[in-house]
Amino acid sequence: MRIDITVNGTPESHDVEARTLLVYYLRDAVGLTGTNVGCDTTSCGACTVLLNGQSVKSCTVLAAQVAGDEVTTIEGMALEDGRMHPIQQAFQECHGLQCGYCTPGMVMAIASLLAENPEPTEEYIRLGLEGNLCRCTGYHNIVAAALAAGGAPEMHQ
Amino acid sequence: MSILGNRVLRREDPKFLTVGGTYVADLALPGSVHVTFVRSSMAHARVVSVDSTNAQAMAGVLAVYTNDDLGMAKFPTVMGMTNEAMAPPMLASGTVRYVGEPIAVIVAESREIAEDALEQVVVEYDPLKVVIDPVKARTDEDLLFPDAGTNTSFSLDFGGDETLFDDCDVVVELALVNQRVAPCPLEVRSAAARMAEDGRLEFNSSTQAPHGVRDALATFLGLEPDQVHVVTPDVGGGFGAKAMVYPEDIVVGWCAQKLGRPVRWTETRSESMLGLGHGRAQVQHVRIGGTREGVVQAYRIEVLQDSGAYAGFGTVLPFMTRVMTSGPYKIPKAECASVSVVTNSTPTTAYRGAGRPEATAAIERIMDVFAREIDMDPAELRRRNLIGKDDFPYTTPTETVYDVGDYHRALDLALEVAGYDDLRAEQARRRATGDLRQLGIGLSCYVEITNGLPDGEFGAVEVRPDGKVIVRTGTSPHGQGHVTAWSMLVAEQLGVAIDDIEVVHGDTDIVPRGAGTMGSRSLQIGGAAVNQAAVDVVEKAKDLAADLLEADREDIVLNKANGHFHVVGTPAVSRSWAELAETAAKDGNPLFAEVDLASPGPTFPFGTHISVVEVDTETGKVNLLRHIAVDDAGRIISPLLAEGQVHGGIAQGVAQALLEEVVYDLEGNPLTSTLADYSFISAAELPSYETRFTETPTPVNALGAKGIGESGTIGSTPAVHNAVCDAVAHLGVRHIDMPTTPIRVWNAINDAATGDGSAKGGR
Repeated sequence: MRIDITVNGTPESHDVEARTLLVYYLRDAVGLTGTNVGCDTTSCGACTVLLNGQSVKSCTVLAAQVAGDEVTTIEGMALEDGRMHPIQQAFQECHGLQCGYCTPGMVMAIASLLAENPEPTEEYIRLGLEGNLCRCTGYHNIVAAALAAGGAPEMHQ
Repeated sequence: MSILGNRVLRREDPKFLTVGGTYVADLALPGSVHVTFVRSSMAHARVVSVDSTNAQAMAGVLAVYTNDDLGMAKFPTVMGMTNEAMAPPMLASGTVRYVGEPIAVIVAESREIAEDALEQVVVEYDPLKVVIDPVKARTDEDLLFPDAGTNTSFSLDFGGDETLFDDCDVVVELALVNQRVAPCPLEVRSAAARMAEDGRLEFNSSTQAPHGVRDALATFLGLEPDQVHVVTPDVGGGFGAKAMVYPEDIVVGWCAQKLGRPVRWTETRSESMLGLGHGRAQVQHVRIGGTREGVVQAYRIEVLQDSGAYAGFGTVLPFMTRVMTSGPYKIPKAECASVSVVTNSTPTTAYRGAGRPEATAAIERIMDVFAREIDMDPAELRRRNLIGKDDFPYTTPTETVYDVGDYHRALDLALEVAGYDDLRAEQARRRATGDLRQLGIGLSCYVEITNGLPDGEFGAVEVRPDGKVIVRTGTSPHGQGHVTAWSMLVAEQLGVAIDDIEVVHGDTDIVPRGAGTMGSRSLQIGGAAVNQAAVDVVEKAKDLAADLLEADREDIVLNKANGHFHVVGTPAVSRSWAELAETAAKDGNPLFAEVDLASPGPTFPFGTHISVVEVDTETGKVNLLRHIAVDDAGRIISPLLAEGQVHGGIAQGVAQALLEEVVYDLEGNPLTSTLADYSFISAAELPSYETRFTETPTPVNALGAKGIGESGTIGSTPAVHNAVCDAVAHLGVRHIDMPTTPIRVWNAINDAATGDGSAKGGR
């Protein structure tokens, strides 16, 4: 079936099997491989993207379900002038990533958390990231990055 | 000013943060077919038949192969030490020995077709008696390999000194389980292979050791190593479990060879939970003896190691446990004996620490039990027995030679950061008032071994006429940040900007040799090799500069502030790296140095971790309030990366103490085979950590550096475990096995109330 989705501001239209998950639509049909698959039980959050601005696990959404909607992936996060988004910058500044596999999902989940609560506590971030697993960083610097990004002036304009 | 020791941000990061890494599954491989494996649903059974007729008839299915089609030898023994009869085959051969064991491979035009075909393969089993408990396996009542006549896969028969504890006033003992855990790198196993235009096999692998993969593929596929080109793109974590080659890797290479089509394979997480090796899995019996004044005189540990279904790397983990038997303590008499046995479970392998966390967990737990027995503060008991800083090099009773350390300094700093006395006062207050939330304070003093295997490492540095520096390394980073750290080392020696340095790794055509990244070896041997190559290339450059500047070789100096060579005293006339490289290139002699650095031996990082937990005595729930880590890995080259390694290690260590365990039922059915069932630790269960470094440089290598990759895991688990047991010790609980889940803690509290203080609780 043919499915139209706006991905990172660009209209996409692809013929895919009805059972195609959003994550495979993004990776295989659109060719954006920044979004990773880490599990098969909606547990790890590596595949987190924004659907109309809110975080979803794209392994648990059928592409067909979101036809006509807007999806943002890690590839769509950088600012218009090419600089990294404050969350991306904070991840580098705080050493919030090691192997990088969970990172795109983490960045998208944090974008959603900060949109809901621009002045979060550490506890809010930790509970909010419960569904995003990381094996490398021990979360310490991811949480630090989220808090630093939350305090960045660009996030409050 | 030196760049070393500064907080340099990672050069790797912008790519990961803007478009994501390039992992094996991200590689474009036009015309590729997909592989999936038919896996055993039985823990132990004779395979009567594999009927793939319907699957083979499906549109888009190219082939279904079993072990008979492959005609390949079994894997070799591990370091010549393990029982040969128990070596794993590529695919199950006649008998399946664990749930998840690969039986057949399906090749199809798409991942979806391969998955559909999986449903159509019918395997008929004839069940055999399942052996899941290593204690039972050791009785040899039911055998996994009848031809072997035993379930024992490996043993270390040291010790047995009957008089070991004769002089001790106080002797305590403890049986404990260092439970089986799953490494869980976020990226599962993945491979992509194709026959290149030149007839060589190109193999993309998510591995920690690309050259090991190359050599194994060559051996099993009947090729010369130079006919195999292994490329390791970005790797989403390994933690030891991707250090070895798996049967699936070989089968994927074989399929590409056989079919002449590009082949790709990415397992599912649920497959990975059964197929990727598990870690730890020891049953331990420990005994410690000493005086009432707190002088430890003797220690003995007996290890029963679970190999899982075949004798792989996990079988020899007790070897490393034995090396670290007596930990950081000056114990006159210490022994370790071990037996490894096969059981009907996923084969075990290296997992962050690999044999050393198990040693630390055992001695640190019983140190606390001993302290309680003689009514001494556990910090004081440790202080009285730590090896002194003037005792190095120190030879332990199991003949390990520790290089250097200041163990007391790490302990003192940890106590100070924790505010230990205040914590004990708060604990006393809560105990006195019968607070429902009791405070537990746990210590762990550790020493561990890094670069413990004898391999050397390759490093090369080349300066190009455009001024760019190319660094090649035999290490294979998968999150550790070698691109940044190796750039810092070379920038320091050459006086060039790190942005002018390119670090190449993980391509066996470009990097000729390499042992890879495991065992916290990379900096102290791989980084040291790169550092040496940089030193060598500076010396070569001085020869060239002497010619060009028509000066004595001895008078040439490198100004590291600008990367220019000049005659001492006349900096105005100089030659840049680019100019020298151009001259060298014209002479047909690139400005280049390569080093095969032989291992100068292992180093021994150490430290003290302190954990503070709150235990809800009504529910058994443990809340980790604080974790203080003082680690000493010698000289710290990159504090940013070192701290990151400690953080990650702590989380994995806490996970083992509190949450994570791979569980099987008595029939060998895995109960934790998805991330929904396995208690993978999350941000919500952890606090921010308080980390400090002390720096005691090692004389073993030129950098003064020790490994830091596994210290966090090794130090943290016993600290957290001791903290939980400490929180409820006054209620009569002597010990609770890991993971200290709410039900176990709750049971222990209740059993203690009814008189059975050694209770371990249920699940």
